[in-house]
Amino acid sequence: MSKYMLIMRNTDEGYAEYVQKDFSEIIAAMGRYNEAMMQAGVLVAGEGLSGADEGAVVDFTAETPVVTDGPYGETKELFNGFWILDVATKEEAVEWAKRAPLHGPGNKVEVRRVTGPDDFPKDEWAEKEAGWREQLGTN
Amino acid sequence: MARAARDELSAPATEAGRRAVEAVWRIESARIVGALARYTGDFSLAEDLASEALTEALAAWPRDGVPRDPVAWLLTVGRRRAIDAFRRRAGRDERYATLGRELVEGGAHAGGAPARAQEPDLLWDPDRIDDDRLALLFIACHPVLSREARLALTLRVVGGLTSEQVAASLLVPVPTVQARITRAKKTLAAARVPFEVPPAAERAERLGSVLSVIYVLFTEGSSASTGDSWLRTDLAHEAVRLARVLVGLLPDEPEVQGLLALLELTAARFPARTRPDGDPVLLADQDRRRWDRSAIRRGRAALARAVSTGRGLGPYGLQAAIAEQHALAASIEATDWDRIVVLFEALGRVAPSPVVDLNRAVAVSMAAGPDAALPLVDALVASGSLAGTYLVPSVRGELLAQLGRSAEARAELELAARLCGNEREKAVLLRKSAAL
Repeated sequence: MSKYMLIMRNTDEGYAEYVQKDFSEIIAAMGRYNEAMMQAGVLVAGEGLSGADEGAVVDFTAETPVVTDGPYGETKELFNGFWILDVATKEEAVEWAKRAPLHGPGNKVEVRRVTGPDDFPKDEWAEKEAGWREQLGTN
Repeated sequence: MARAARDELSAPATEAGRRAVEAVWRIESARIVGALARYTGDFSLAEDLASEALTEALAAWPRDGVPRDPVAWLLTVGRRRAIDAFRRRAGRDERYATLGRELVEGGAHAGGAPARAQEPDLLWDPDRIDDDRLALLFIACHPVLSREARLALTLRVVGGLTSEQVAASLLVPVPTVQARITRAKKTLAAARVPFEVPPAAERAERLGSVLSVIYVLFTEGSSASTGDSWLRTDLAHEAVRLARVLVGLLPDEPEVQGLLALLELTAARFPARTRPDGDPVLLADQDRRRWDRSAIRRGRAALARAVSTGRGLGPYGLQAAIAEQHALAASIEATDWDRIVVLFEALGRVAPSPVVDLNRAVAVSMAAGPDAALPLVDALVASGSLAGTYLVPSVRGELLAQLGRSAEARAELELAARLCGNEREKAVLLRKSAAL
């Protein structure tokens, strides 16, 4: 078993179209999707993000980090939320991703495996990370 | 030249197609077998039909691509095969003739390519999915089946594993799995077991059987009783997934929540349970920072839900409560052993077992010292109830070692090593003995 993160991505145009839709319908469709993954015993975490206009971006291109408030400006893609699934294979994660209640141009779900302790050499940082995870209550 | 290049490409493409089919099957097998079983009223036939649909998908999807609606595709093939089967059997049995007519009148296609799912979908009743899945779990874990058959059938039809995956999980050859499943279907047919959620009067006993199958799958995966592999985490995780499914179906049953809590809290320790070389690490020596904190959180939440039903904890809930005490403690010394002793006493009353008595003795040794625990272990020896297993001598050896009675301790640990079937555990016992 591995954990996979499904990352919801969207473009500015896609997002503009998305917010025009009936919000209660979107919520209900998302609820059904989450419930199906719960009932299948695969969903272990998930969060949605508020609009990018409430956020900020720190850009490291220059020597000093540059902070930009609000939407990313020239950036083409927005990250809107994620799910973490406990599944046997990447194909299974992809199959769940295909069922996300998303439609239309610019809407994407990226599927990425979450790394575990076995992905890294057993050095002092791996040791320390084990301690952080205990403190943070994440794993 | 071009031909050779294409052949080289086709092998990975086929492999990718097969993996895509398996992924859909893992998610949908219960829904498909369940829908076919409800519709045909015949679980064994439904499992055959679903298997045929899976075989057809394994041939078609890698070639033609995964269909837009894979569930509808599989259900359409299953239904078409059902009609074929009814027609074959119609001559022998009027019931099938009637069913066959009804299916055809309902608009299903017989023969030809799988139809687009435009016709009224007779098999499809979304409100019934949960009932179907539950009925499937109950029938796969039916008491008329042997223990081995229950494990294989549950992994196959509820877990959505292929026969090859079931075989790998249970460490038996593929033909053995196929034979067990065939035998199980014959047994269920012979016993005329209906495909249904059992009526209230039978519910508690039947649920007990379901819980026990999931628990056994988990323990098979978490401590392989034979061979040299200590942990088969994929099988254990499969059991956790099944327990989560069952919680989704029966959230108000305290023992269902209790079982999930127990499995989550036990699985939380897996990352700390083996050394890089594969040797097991005992609870006392585990690096608790490696425990899976999110699994602990899920386990504790399930235990809280079990408690909140107000119906008291059963054997699984009590074991989960013990596991929770370990999860909460920063070290073996900081553990509330008095509370664990009380929980083991309660467990020994609701589910009396010599293994529970032995575990209680270990807890007593931690709470009150080895001299308080030794008489409990000696009583177990006198009763002879665990004779021939390595469990009693390994605990007795440990207690004697703590009491400084080294010669007796060595003899017990060596006896334990001789009786132990797991090579890894045997090595640990011998090392302990040699260190005395």
